[in-house]
Amino acid sequence: MKTVFRGKRITGLLSVLPAASVAFEDEVGNYTFPAKQTLRLQKVMGFKRHSIVKETTAASDLAAAGLACLFEKGWLRREEIGALVVSCSYTDHFIPPVSSILHGKFDLPEDVLCADISQGCGGFLMALTESFLLLDHLEPGKKTVAIATDVLSKRVSRQDRNSWPLIGDAAGIAVVENDPEADGIPTVIYNNGGLGQALMIPAGGSRMPSTPETARSEDRDGDGNLRALDNLTMQGADVFNFMQTKVPPLIEETLAYAGLTKEQIDWYLFHQPNRFMLRKLAEKLGVPYEKMPMNVVEELGNSSGACIPVCAVHNLAEELRAPEERTCCLAAFGSGLMWGAMIVKLGGMRFCEMLTSDL
Amino acid sequence: MKTILQILSGLRPEFDFSSSRDFIDDGYLDSFDIVALISELEETFHILIDGMDVLPENFCSVEAIAATVRKNGGTLD
Repeated sequence: MKTVFRGKRITGLLSVLPAASVAFEDEVGNYTFPAKQTLRLQKVMGFKRHSIVKETTAASDLAAAGLACLFEKGWLRREEIGALVVSCSYTDHFIPPVSSILHGKFDLPEDVLCADISQGCGGFLMALTESFLLLDHLEPGKKTVAIATDVLSKRVSRQDRNSWPLIGDAAGIAVVENDPEADGIPTVIYNNGGLGQALMIPAGGSRMPSTPETARSEDRDGDGNLRALDNLTMQGADVFNFMQTKVPPLIEETLAYAGLTKEQIDWYLFHQPNRFMLRKLAEKLGVPYEKMPMNVVEELGNSSGACIPVCAVHNLAEELRAPEERTCCLAAFGSGLMWGAMIVKLGGMRFCEMLTSDL
Repeated sequence: MKTILQILSGLRPEFDFSSSRDFIDDGYLDSFDIVALISELEETFHILIDGMDVLPENFCSVEAIAATVRKNGGTLD
């Protein structure tokens, strides 16, 4: 898809993190690898801490904490909401959708459209895209709430050194509104479903229901990482090569489509797989490291679809509340496999905050 | 070559890299070791290794690593 969304504006961002944060050093003993070898990764990959939900916390809980905050602070009123778009890969239940759970929890008006998107790393970009489209069909003055929330730590093996150290849980919430004065938002999104197995949770769905067999942890790839078929599996080398091959041309294409140069972008707010991958991406693109925040994995963990709002709020909260607008290039890449970018002016936000939830 | 062998021994001292023909097939290096190796090579040779060169075959032997270092502007002893 390649299009320009016109007359839309992100007027607020809120990210929600679980209160519990676990240090990488404290988990070194989880893995089958020598501790010294594992600790070396700390420097290269940027593993320090990651924020993880409690066993009892579901994806809707993080989003609900965020929505409750928005209502309490008066940053959003229930009657202003026209649509609730939620991206999530590990939902509370198969049925009902997370958006409906949130609708019920906050007793939202019955004419609010609720839509769930089953997406991983591209979740926030997809939720924004759906929100922009829906805004054209809502009553004047109505707003769309785009949410990316996930608790994928619950589906990652703690003995999988490829995935566990980097995983995090979070929700990102954007309030999106019509604004005839807003600049266009050039957007380019690609998919290649043939590569989908590179990032996958094999069991737990209708293709392979969970059984005691799928829950058994073992070294399935012969690489020393222990995981079950119920767990997330990531072919790290394939994902890295996909990213290095697809993302730089995507950014070049999106910039050309927007009529902008790389230098005219103030911030490159990308999905946060790990510091090594982002550094290589910045080098490939010829973008200074300083313009591409890459500290989310090391301090908070990779929260899948919520990474982009978490990155924006973690690094730029004050700047995005200031009246001046910044030209930002958002990019997501991952499960699907999908890769997409969006160039959007961000600034003058009513709120841009990080919330910690002890739910 | 000597510098590369020293870096490899620093990463995985339990292996004798001079006796292996393929570090990946022999299980001497996994994907995270390659990432750590790249970091060491970049620091030692003052280079940036292109992301497109981050492939197992470019790090499976001392000769392959030397070629990758040279390709990315490094000078070997």
